[in-house]
Amino acid sequence: MKRLLPVAPYLWLAAFVLLPCLITLKISLSSPATAQPPYLPVLDWSAGIDGWGAFLEALDFANFETLAGDSLYRDAALSSLLYAGMATAILVILGTPVAHALARSPARLQPLLVALVIVPFWSSFLIRIYAWIAILKPEGLLNAGLIWAGLIARPLDILNTPAAVMIGLTYAYLPFMVLPLYAVLSRLDPTLTEAAADLGASPARAFWTVTLPLARPGIVAGALLCFIPMVGEFIIPDLLGGSDTLMLGRVLWSEFFSNRDWPLASAVAVLLLVLIVGPIVLFRDAERERGEVGR
Amino acid sequence: MSPLNRISLGLGLAFLYAPIAVLVVFSFNASSLVTVWGGFSTRWYGVLVNDGPLIAAALVSLKVAALAALVATVLGTLAALALDRSGRFTGRGAFTGLVYAPMVMPEVITGLSLLLLFVGLGLDRGLVTLIIAHATLGLGFVAVVVGARLKGLDRSLEEAAADLGAGPLRVFATVTLPLIAPSLAAAFLLAFTLSLDDLVIASFVSGPGATTLPMRLYSQVRLGVNPEINAASTLLVGGVTLVVLTASFLTGRPSAGAQGT
Amino acid sequence: MAPFLTLERLTKTFGTHDAVADVSLDMPSGEILCLLGPSGCGKSTLLRLIAGFEAPTGGSIHLDGTDLTGLAPHRRPVNMMFQSYALFPHLSVARNIGYGLKGLGRAAASARVDELLRLVRLEGFGNRAPETLSGGQRQRVALARALAREPKMLLLDEPLGALDRGLREQTQGELRAIQRRLGTAFIIVTHDPSEAMALADRIGVMDKGRLVQIGRPETLYERPVNRFVAGLLGDVNLIPGTVRDADGALVRVETALGPVLALGEGAPAAGAPALVALRPERLSTSSADGDRNALDGHVEASTYLGDRIRLQIRMVDGSTIRATLPAGAGLASGAPVRLSFAPDAATVMAA
Repeated sequence: MKRLLPVAPYLWLAAFVLLPCLITLKISLSSPATAQPPYLPVLDWSAGIDGWGAFLEALDFANFETLAGDSLYRDAALSSLLYAGMATAILVILGTPVAHALARSPARLQPLLVALVIVPFWSSFLIRIYAWIAILKPEGLLNAGLIWAGLIARPLDILNTPAAVMIGLTYAYLPFMVLPLYAVLSRLDPTLTEAAADLGASPARAFWTVTLPLARPGIVAGALLCFIPMVGEFIIPDLLGGSDTLMLGRVLWSEFFSNRDWPLASAVAVLLLVLIVGPIVLFRDAERERGEVGR
Repeated sequence: MSPLNRISLGLGLAFLYAPIAVLVVFSFNASSLVTVWGGFSTRWYGVLVNDGPLIAAALVSLKVAALAALVATVLGTLAALALDRSGRFTGRGAFTGLVYAPMVMPEVITGLSLLLLFVGLGLDRGLVTLIIAHATLGLGFVAVVVGARLKGLDRSLEEAAADLGAGPLRVFATVTLPLIAPSLAAAFLLAFTLSLDDLVIASFVSGPGATTLPMRLYSQVRLGVNPEINAASTLLVGGVTLVVLTASFLTGRPSAGAQGT
Repeated sequence: MAPFLTLERLTKTFGTHDAVADVSLDMPSGEILCLLGPSGCGKSTLLRLIAGFEAPTGGSIHLDGTDLTGLAPHRRPVNMMFQSYALFPHLSVARNIGYGLKGLGRAAASARVDELLRLVRLEGFGNRAPETLSGGQRQRVALARALAREPKMLLLDEPLGALDRGLREQTQGELRAIQRRLGTAFIIVTHDPSEAMALADRIGVMDKGRLVQIGRPETLYERPVNRFVAGLLGDVNLIPGTVRDADGALVRVETALGPVLALGEGAPAAGAPALVALRPERLSTSSADGDRNALDGHVEASTYLGDRIRLQIRMVDGSTIRATLPAGAGLASGAPVRLSFAPDAATVMAA
């Protein structure tokens, strides 16, 4: 009975997660074609072993050579990492005080406050990003407010700039940073900061030397939770960034939908996956090393 | 709570809610200019209910979300049970990875790879492929929510039932299932919401005649800001808030849904 | 000599609940004061008020001539040893102990840490992580850390509460030895009367936020001011009666068991209802001569405890009295018995 539990979900996941990834990898090594489906080679099952041979021979790394050779893709990859990295840094800086405040709020209010952080996180992502258009555009609310306050004379161009993308990323992913951090901070023994204060540490030193080091696992979890999807983000650069905002998610989208170059889109997907797996492995190793030194 | 904490929390929540508030307020704007207040009006809601394609898209979304959430709940619960109960089985590591992968994988990758699979299988794109894709997406979230509940379950209750002569199936039906039922409902609602919200994966795997609400909204949003979308958004945000609050209420712990993600 | 620590009418209210109510006390330097009481009596809150983790609703705290009342915890010259020890899990033992030594130079701080490690007999443990230590070792790290800044006063919240019974008694001796060596004033919060008796120069008994009685352990044991203090510190027989008259320090009380003469400093006026508090071990079966009180009854049950015998005696009025007698008193169940006690062995208190 217990042995049979994993069978159904296992089969489903193998069919709809693992297999698609393998197919993507295979197609990233294929060539585009004006056919249905629009790529070559297609495995000819009826040809048996010979078919396999011809199939494997036809695969090559041409798409990856294109990605490496064309500055468009290099820039898109770099700027995806840059946007995601900078937004993650901003989120750590903004999210930590919010999560800390949440963890220190009165116990009977905490469920409500946590729910307040979660609700926008589950409300339509598309719509929440769309809302920023009305705020950020030249005749939008932010500019109107700044002009009304006399801070600026003419509207600022914010929409369709990298700044708008950063605002969108920070906004959309704030709950992803706050919630895991809150989970760690709320479990932190409050007597530890009391002990630090008792031993003469100012509130700032107590936070820096006790709270922050102990919140590390939450910060790491939150950073990964934000960084990974941000690297592949599509909606935010598409709606808030200008036409020249290059991010891999958007490049993949346009290769697929506009250029109908499925093999190249697949190669971008593989590149994206590599870019994401890299930081995870680095982070994990760094954390493991830290853990061993701490013993 | 120190003043500093109060300020951080206030600013954080204001940042999260300001855009939503703008959306809601301007959905009641009489003017068709989205950023100029022209007086209170519900005209855009009138436009909305007469927008046939939008309503059709909403119905597609609801149908897909309900079925995808159902599949995700069944499979996700089995996955959670497997991870909690089956001990070490062959491929456990790979299984765990596969359960969690769709939650963190960028949507463009999930969407593209599923599409390539469907094309390779010769499956026509439409409702079925949408449901499969969204069920796969929701499965991991269900496994996390239900898994959290299973971990907190007092195993001695099941042992007591077995001790009193109940077979494994009866133990599951009469003890385990009732105890995890609230988390199942919450997980279903979360999978439902995820499906309702998804634009990117749906854009890849859906075909003609299966346009979802986010796809329809996206095509209009690309044309610029439009008060009718504000009205639609207000309804959507209101609906999702209701669902989330229900889910929080069911699990009795508002954070249960999101903490594991 | 001016008192070292002075609490004046200290009050802390949470909502409508008085956690600490109108507590005043003076404490000389170099003393061990134990705050004793059941959980929720306010003893821990009182400690946290002195440490500065709670702000008092009213009253003041003066230490060594300085008003501490509004001072933040990190500016107070007192340190606390937490019940959970609150050792920083991410810092080594040495860095835990040295956490408060930021003002000292590197070399001086490290020398001080070594000195403290020696004091608590943990030489060689400096680089260990707290989680690798036993409970007793953690307790000593917490003590060393709290002493590192040479506080004017050390506050200890249930310092031995997490230790096993056997270890607790040994550690009591060590704690007292360290305090005698350093001469630092200790305030120890505990719910264990025997621990308070073993450690304290003076015990302050708290009940429902109030300081009920403060004094030397033998004073509290022999001369409790009310039935709460009497019952807290050990088994006691309480015989109800009415005050008849006073004869110097002695008070005569009319009880259902006959007239009883007992010490009564805080006794109520003549005619008022009163209780005579009598410890079981102060009773004997020797004949009642002089002004010794005598009580008659029958042995109802007798428990042999090796070095002594515990008797339950049914008195003439149907009440029972417990007596602890030396072994060999050999009294069979049902045998008539006459118990006697000296007037200064019992205390009269308000009913």
